[in-house]
Amino acid sequence: MNTNDKRYKLLDATMRRHGYSGNAVIESLHTAQQAYGYLDLDVLRTVAHALKLPPSKVYGVATFYNLFSLKPNGEHTCVVCTGTACYIKGAPRILEGIEANLHLKPGMTTLDNKVSLLQARCFGSCALAPVITIDSDVVGQNTPENVVARIQHLMELETVGQKDKVTP
Amino acid sequence: MNLDELHKAVETQQQADDKFQHHVHVCTSTGCAALNSEKVIEALQTELVKQGQQKTCRVRSVGCSGLCAIGPLVRVRASESHGIDADQAGAAADAAETLYQQVGPQDAAEIVASLNDKPVERLTFSIDQPFFKQQTKVVLENCGEVDPEHIEDYIGHGGYSALLKVLTEMTPAQVIDQLTQSGLRGRGGAGFPTGVKWATVAKSAGEQKYVICNGDEGDPGAFMDRSVMEGDPHRIIEGMIIAGYAVGATQGYIYVRAEYGLAVKRLRIAIRHAERNGFLGKSVCGTALNFSIDIRLGAGAFVCGEETALISSIEGNRGTPRPRPPFPAVSGLWGCPTLLNNVETFANIAPILNKGAAWFAGIGTEKSKGTKVFALVGQIANAGLIEVPMGMSLRTIIFDIGGGIPNGRTFKAVQTGGPSGGCIPEHLLDMPVDYESLNKVGTIMGSGGMIVMDDTTSMVDVARYYMEFCMDESCGKCVPCRVGTVQMHHLLNKFSEGKATPIDMNKLEGLCDLVKHTSLCGLGQTAPNPVISTLRYFRKEYEDKMTVP
Repeated sequence: MNTNDKRYKLLDATMRRHGYSGNAVIESLHTAQQAYGYLDLDVLRTVAHALKLPPSKVYGVATFYNLFSLKPNGEHTCVVCTGTACYIKGAPRILEGIEANLHLKPGMTTLDNKVSLLQARCFGSCALAPVITIDSDVVGQNTPENVVARIQHLMELETVGQKDKVTP
Repeated sequence: MNLDELHKAVETQQQADDKFQHHVHVCTSTGCAALNSEKVIEALQTELVKQGQQKTCRVRSVGCSGLCAIGPLVRVRASESHGIDADQAGAAADAAETLYQQVGPQDAAEIVASLNDKPVERLTFSIDQPFFKQQTKVVLENCGEVDPEHIEDYIGHGGYSALLKVLTEMTPAQVIDQLTQSGLRGRGGAGFPTGVKWATVAKSAGEQKYVICNGDEGDPGAFMDRSVMEGDPHRIIEGMIIAGYAVGATQGYIYVRAEYGLAVKRLRIAIRHAERNGFLGKSVCGTALNFSIDIRLGAGAFVCGEETALISSIEGNRGTPRPRPPFPAVSGLWGCPTLLNNVETFANIAPILNKGAAWFAGIGTEKSKGTKVFALVGQIANAGLIEVPMGMSLRTIIFDIGGGIPNGRTFKAVQTGGPSGGCIPEHLLDMPVDYESLNKVGTIMGSGGMIVMDDTTSMVDVARYYMEFCMDESCGKCVPCRVGTVQMHHLLNKFSEGKATPIDMNKLEGLCDLVKHTSLCGLGQTAPNPVISTLRYFRKEYEDKMTVP
């Protein structure tokens, strides 16, 4: 691992703040995921080494928690909430609509690596159900049609350095 | 900050507030923020400058005011009511207050222009209706009133006065005594008496003790704790410091779901402000008490809401529970006595100590005191956050406060307690909402999610949904939960697809009983509840889906 990398410096700062204590593994993995986008084996090994933990322990923690991702996502993410309120108000129909129109299932990324479709347990915005997030923007009161349209819009966005924000 | 300094700060804050004739409160909690309320604030501020009103009107970013479904919400209040006794001011304040719904940045000019005139009619949402009138706000009294990112605002609304009262006038034993007398019970779901828990931790021997606030609101369809953390973070911090004083702890942790980004941000700001003002850190408010608070992030595991699993997660391990006893009150975080309470429980501490145990015990029913915050969602007209006294009937909550079922559909069931709770059918709607009554009908209070379902909802599907959730979230430590939830999900799938036989029904009921009684922790023990309760009240729906061999 390149220790001069800016991303490594972010990770190291978090570990240092916790005194490289083994207790800080979850905090460190959060920072690592923010910096690198996902947790590959190299990152997990680095964290294990720095916190003086067996790699198996770090791997065990990383695979236990739903929020940690061991594989990279596409350029954009669309997360469909499948919490109870969203479920009752039609989240399953949104997922069906996406699958029927775009052949995407939760956990999959489009072939051009543009959009990853994920599902989440609950964002806590239940009064706006059904809820999705596009990148980090929460969008409420959705229908299958508008979600499909939004994903199609993401797929058409230019792949440039800047991430175009989608306005609702 | 000592008592004199606090009084002075309150005065300064009120004087600063009185300079303004109008107060505009814009909700910036996750719900309204998703509907662009930040832009509304920007637009309002630009307009105030444009129309020369920036010295007469103050715009505040505040926490959730409840009706998230019609956000962004903007409250406009004239200053007259300020400083008058709350009771007398009640009527006057109502008259002088306007609530605007679904406000966009384009409405800012009209709202600012209307400040000294009649309210903008097309945006007005009447506050003279049951949704507002029938609520009793204790935990949420500051949500929608104070700016959560400014400690001065919280202090101006009486914040940290309970802490100073406790530190200067009361012994730890007296604090615990007050809590016991108030009858407060844990708001995380099980309803364990808070005073008893605090007394146990206080009595436990140990140099080092911890206070943990459980903000791992994993129950899908619930957002009470998020709203409190976002709207009034100092209230939680104040409750935790008082807990630290009462049980003899010096370190606190707030365990929050990482999904709640805004709550984490606001808690971090609040902790920093509290440290700067001497409420946290070495010698709190100039007394001998040392107390600091750190935030620990969850990472998306429902089981971490269980106290022993949460402790394991804070220690940096996989969040798996362990058998109790020993209870965390005796041996918790790193083997030390640990007080673990829910966000809402901590939010109740300051008002109880300020207004007295008798006041709190006067609200609610004989065995369930105080109020409860609910996230009222699903097929309901007024979806949002409510707080009602314990003992209110479900019918009042759903049909008066909630405004009933929209789209001309009829009510079918209401689900409380999330994946650990059950569904309540129409004929039980007149029962009071308290811990015992809910247990009697086969559900639990839970943390406060209340999901209303109309006649289009299939109860078998709801049961299957919850079982899928528990199956995914089972940590895998004990066999009944790990294997049982998979088998029950498989059987429920057969019902959903219309392929189940009477033998499957027998198996399902047997498994419910087995998993309930043999699982290690709360997750497994309560996982069958949604199935048991739907079988109890909606058995016909299961039978209709069976094939006769």
